[in-house]
Amino acid sequence: MKSLMKNRLAWPVIALAALLLLNQIFRPDFLSLRMQDGHLYGSIIDIMRNGAPTILIALGMTLVIATRGIDLSVGAVVAIAGAASCAYIAASPEPASPVTAAMAVLIAVLAGLLLGVWNGFLVSTVGVQPIIATLVLMTAGRGIAQLITGGQIVSVSNDHYKSIGAGYLFTLPVSILITAAVFVLAAVLTRRTALGILIEAVGINPVASRLAGLRSRNIIWIVYVFSAVCAAIAGLMISSNVTAADANNAGLYIEMDAILAVVIGGTSLAGGRYTLAGTVIGAFIIQTLTTTVYTLGIPPEVTLVFKALVVITVCLLQAPKARNLLRSLKAAPKPGTKEKVAI
Amino acid sequence: MNEIVPVVEMTDIAIGFPGVKALDGVNFRLFQGEVHALMGENGAGKSTLIKALTGVYTIDSGTITVLGEHKQFSTPAASQAAGISTVYQEVNLCPNLTVEENVLLGREPRRRGSIDWKGVRSRTREVLAELHLNHVDPGSLLSSHSIAVQQLIAIARSVEINAKVLILDEPTSSLDADEVNQLFRVIRDLRDRGVAILFVSHFLEQVYEISDRMTVLRNGKLVGEYLTRDLSRMGLISKMIGKEMEALAELDQAPARTRARTGSEVTPFVEARGLGRKGSVSNVDLSIYPGEVVGLAGLLGAGRTEIARLFFGADKADEGSIRVKGVSQRIRSPRAAIDKRIGFCSEDRKEEGLIGDLSVRDNLMLAMQASKGWARRIPRRVQDELVAEYIATLDIRPANPDALIRNLSGGNQQKVLLARWLITSPELLILDEPTRGIDIGAKTQIQKLVNKLATEGMSILFISSELEEVLRLSDRVAVIKDREMVAEIKNDDVSVEDVMTVIAGGTQ
Repeated sequence: MKSLMKNRLAWPVIALAALLLLNQIFRPDFLSLRMQDGHLYGSIIDIMRNGAPTILIALGMTLVIATRGIDLSVGAVVAIAGAASCAYIAASPEPASPVTAAMAVLIAVLAGLLLGVWNGFLVSTVGVQPIIATLVLMTAGRGIAQLITGGQIVSVSNDHYKSIGAGYLFTLPVSILITAAVFVLAAVLTRRTALGILIEAVGINPVASRLAGLRSRNIIWIVYVFSAVCAAIAGLMISSNVTAADANNAGLYIEMDAILAVVIGGTSLAGGRYTLAGTVIGAFIIQTLTTTVYTLGIPPEVTLVFKALVVITVCLLQAPKARNLLRSLKAAPKPGTKEKVAI
Repeated sequence: MNEIVPVVEMTDIAIGFPGVKALDGVNFRLFQGEVHALMGENGAGKSTLIKALTGVYTIDSGTITVLGEHKQFSTPAASQAAGISTVYQEVNLCPNLTVEENVLLGREPRRRGSIDWKGVRSRTREVLAELHLNHVDPGSLLSSHSIAVQQLIAIARSVEINAKVLILDEPTSSLDADEVNQLFRVIRDLRDRGVAILFVSHFLEQVYEISDRMTVLRNGKLVGEYLTRDLSRMGLISKMIGKEMEALAELDQAPARTRARTGSEVTPFVEARGLGRKGSVSNVDLSIYPGEVVGLAGLLGAGRTEIARLFFGADKADEGSIRVKGVSQRIRSPRAAIDKRIGFCSEDRKEEGLIGDLSVRDNLMLAMQASKGWARRIPRRVQDELVAEYIATLDIRPANPDALIRNLSGGNQQKVLLARWLITSPELLILDEPTRGIDIGAKTQIQKLVNKLATEGMSILFISSELEEVLRLSDRVAVIKDREMVAEIKNDDVSVEDVMTVIAGGTQ
């Protein structure tokens, strides 16, 4: 049990479980799942489906943060990807065909790739501070998306395209399956290859990494490209779910949710050790919070305060200082059993 | 003597970290007006004991009393409030502030709520004068002074707070002989004024010169407390490493190697002609043959490290040329050097060597993995074999590949970094101060290893501040002075004095 508590994921998991339990108390059918028309329904499924874009983006953000970077441009990439794919479908001669949908997806992903290369270029080659480098695209990106859509909300009607964000496969929403696939891909890519260790090495000590012969430029490039591609896929999900591209509002402030998910999940903003699983749990916590607000009937005026309280609590529980304080409070009555300070 | 209450008395101190008992039942006493040396190998628990006294670590059991009063130091601030002041190896002041701001930081004299700068200046002058630092301008930036003066200014700060206890942790490791003398004069002054001084150093001669008493630790346990004049150097060393005298003598004689053959018929592994870099070093003509150890001798700051960095591509050379195995090459990055089978152990382990939050295994495999690229991960089975092999060969302790490297002692960290390069089987290994700040046992092991590697045909560029060490290991010695290579000496019964003469005279 003690070793379990020392696990980095312990507190995020406990927080998520507590939130789910709270919902279950107020709404007894909260955790139940039911089958309807061959689709799985239930609040949990809704949370996962609504949280899918945030999870995707947070996965990319985790690797960026592990290299001591940050990617503020993901929201703008979401908008550009959605705008590009919807504009393509709207302008194509066969707006409802599966080939058009496939081409639209390809275009969006390529756009993400290109934008990631741009971010990576600024950070790794030009040497701009990540927060500034990605701020460029964060502001300019919305403009690019507007140019693509001509300042209008572009609506499309293509059932194949719609299924990315709103469709079902094997009883589950397609967006959940896509997110799961990206998670597995990222986990395999980083742990089966040496990418994970090298990302951590660059994040912990860039100078020593360079002297050990590491090409940190390539590593940094890879994480920014991965982050932007994740954002592009999220952009596809968001635009396909509403079958429209909104250059102004798609993915607005999603970078903040993603960064928050990374931090709640237990990856330090200082870079270095990271946990993808933690990030997924962190994103779930954020999404579940939104649902909890409705379940508990919290008035909209205090919603943000409530969210902030939960986030602060989870972050505090993970901070070594706060944990030591908590432990010494617990251990105070019986000094003989004092635990050792975790290093 | 027994009537006097110690300024600091630590009794039965124990501190543990996960998997390690860092201190176990250690007693330590510090009296007014003495210089007390804390001795032990790396990992013996010296730093841990100091950190317990300064409130950085919380003790698991035992008691600390200061002037007979029971104390519990849970923060460094609590320890400082009790009159304990520490000066670390790396000066922990603010280099971007002035001398006076540093000396009085947080305790500036005030007048009507705002800082009385005149008072600050005059008070700083007083304190500096007490330490014979009259030549230091209180208004100058701290960073404009040498490390030695910065250290003395850190001591000035302790004098200003009226510290009862002054802890000096490896204060001399980056000072030259003159600066050490200046520091010792200040230490003696403070001692005569009744300050209790705890002195930690790896330089035995300095310990014998300055200390009155010493406490010896080994493996986290107390060996004993001795009067310095009663304990011989050999006696001290055997207490520190816990080995018999004969074994020790044998270690000391270790290197006796047939010198490598060099000459026109052999191609040097690396050959530099007129190598230099603007604002750094210039005019380096140096060849290193296979199986040869070339030492770089020179004063601290003479440009030894800079030369090493040029050979490794850590800095780009902009003058001269380098040939590797007779072929002209441009070494633009560490990666390029590694591809040409060159390895480099930096003198700055913490900043330029260790990846602190990663395990011993990951640190050890890093250079090899980096040269293979991220896509081709070295299989876990191969990693385990290599790591186990090098942990055993180099006697890395604890022998746990999953331990975080930042929890290892300095000597063991150094061994891991050496192993990081050995694993890539380099043809030229550049070692910059590989034995600095590590204990005698590990030091001898590393010296033996250098010998063995050269015998097996590796070229080695060996840099050390200890001339004895350079001379013992090297086939040839290149003398660096004022950022230029001034002489090359073939090491046939060359004495330390001979090299010193060259360094002093600078002529060939």
